[in-house]
Amino acid sequence: MADPNGHAVRSGRSPRQRARRRRAIQYVALAIVIGVLAFMADWPTIGHTFFDPALILNTAAHGLWRALWNTLVYSAGGFVIGLAAGTLLALMRLSEVAPYRWLATLYIEFFRGLPALIVFIALSLLPLAFQGLAMPFSPYGTVWAALGIVGSAYMAETIRAGILAVPRGQIEAARSLGLSPAQTLRQITLPQAFRLMIPPLTNELIMLIKDSSLVFIVGLSAANFDLTKFGRAAANNHVNITPLVVAGLGYLIITLPLSIVVRRMEARAASGRRA
Amino acid sequence: MNTALVELAAVSKTFSGQRVLDDIDLEVERGEVVCVIGPSGSGKSTLLRCVNRLETPDSGRVVVAGVDLTDPDCDIDAARRQIGMVFQQFNLFAHRNVLDNCALALRTVLGLKRTEAERKARDQLEWVGLADRANAYPSELSGGQQQRVAIARALAMDPALMLFDEPTSALDPELVGDVLTVMRRLADAGTTMIVVTHEMGFAREVADRVVFMDAGRIVEQGTPAQVLGHPRVERTRDFLQRVSVSG
Ligand SMILES: Nc1ncnc2c1ncn2[C@@H]1O[C@H](COP(=O)(O)OP(=O)(O)OP(=O)(O)O)[C@@H](O)[C@H]1O
Ligand SMILES: [Mg+2]
Repeated sequence: MADPNGHAVRSGRSPRQRARRRRAIQYVALAIVIGVLAFMADWPTIGHTFFDPALILNTAAHGLWRALWNTLVYSAGGFVIGLAAGTLLALMRLSEVAPYRWLATLYIEFFRGLPALIVFIALSLLPLAFQGLAMPFSPYGTVWAALGIVGSAYMAETIRAGILAVPRGQIEAARSLGLSPAQTLRQITLPQAFRLMIPPLTNELIMLIKDSSLVFIVGLSAANFDLTKFGRAAANNHVNITPLVVAGLGYLIITLPLSIVVRRMEARAASGRRA
Repeated sequence: MNTALVELAAVSKTFSGQRVLDDIDLEVERGEVVCVIGPSGSGKSTLLRCVNRLETPDSGRVVVAGVDLTDPDCDIDAARRQIGMVFQQFNLFAHRNVLDNCALALRTVLGLKRTEAERKARDQLEWVGLADRANAYPSELSGGQQQRVAIARALAMDPALMLFDEPTSALDPELVGDVLTVMRRLADAGTTMIVVTHEMGFAREVADRVVFMDAGRIVEQGTPAQVLGHPRVERTRDFLQRVSVSG
């Protein structure tokens, strides 16, 4: 930022005064922007289009909670499948058998590089491509599979890193007591690895919750609407964006607490490492 | 038939071109306490880790309690039940409390019921003087307490042989004594022990035999009085002089 009389100012003031002055300028700029917006915007129209009180109540009363619940079910199922498949992929990546490593790497790179939308489209087309094939628990099966496929590719790398972060001495201690490799994995390595992985895995859960908005691809009846599809349908009906805003808030109800918990855990882990 | 509990014959091990164990022969009788001393990098840890096959020798034979650990068909998990190991860095399971640390292998390896396993674990904790810390997590204990729990954890399996790899080297000086006391009692109870240590006082007092290693070979061995008191080999003398000067 250019200061017209910079030299005079710089020579005349202490660093502290200059910092204070810089902050004051930023506040003034902010106030100007807010003032201009407040003055120029058509607030009644904005309020009516985005935050119509009657429509908020109407949305909440007609299926919001059902949609919120569906979003939870879609993402939770996808997360569980992704976690299981991701663990398997991580173990394959760490396997002594080279083809397992190649297969897992191929899968992970493939599905991490692909838009989730394409996975959803492909899975919803499967029954067309294979005559007579029906995904179980329709529509949940298709959604869970799609989210699980996408999620597992991301989670596998997180889980692999977590497993590698478990100190060698822990594993040697277990083996020296006579635990088999499988017992060591189950009793020692995975529990410790998952402890390290809770923050990054929670972040992946948040990603999956947002990705679950892609279920509209699958073609749903109203009872199976998720938050996005529900909000969009209501917004179309009323030619008003308010229901979509409400649906967006529905996501935040789920994701904000998760984000806060993750921050807390990361802060605690950081302070624990310092101690 | 040979009565030795541990028998190493012509054991060699190479790490990236470096011969860390060079044709080692060593026998340990039942009830014997053997202290292994030697300069850093001489192969003491590697030797000890070959005895429970945490390292696999390149050649030679390792037989413990009649089981040939170097046989590819040997059931290594079963063999390790007979061999307790105590590490320099304790290696207590960080996500389990003290009691679970001691009871885990009793349950998963020996298949004991929870109550039975915990009773045995408590007995061992009592024996090392830590029964009152059963519900603590490893991170809440001092190094000396952690090492005593690690000893209790190994003893709970009722092993025929105990291996110690510098069990007091990571401890603050004032905590060394408690751990050595426990080990001394273990020796007095007739436990077969192989102890890698820099504690010359402990070796002199407790060992039946002292083995001096250098550059992957056993250079000299004998009673503590012989090896520590009247070393025959120049390298042993040098080493002992350096240790006594620094210690
Ligand atoms: N896993 C490994 N990979 C490569 N080199 C190793 C490995 N383990 C040990 N070494 C090397 O083998 C040599 C002997 O190591 P070892 O740990 O057995 O010595 P030590 O006598 O126990 O020494 P210290 O008193 O420092 O513990 C060292 O040079 C070490 O660097
Ligand atoms: Mg060592």
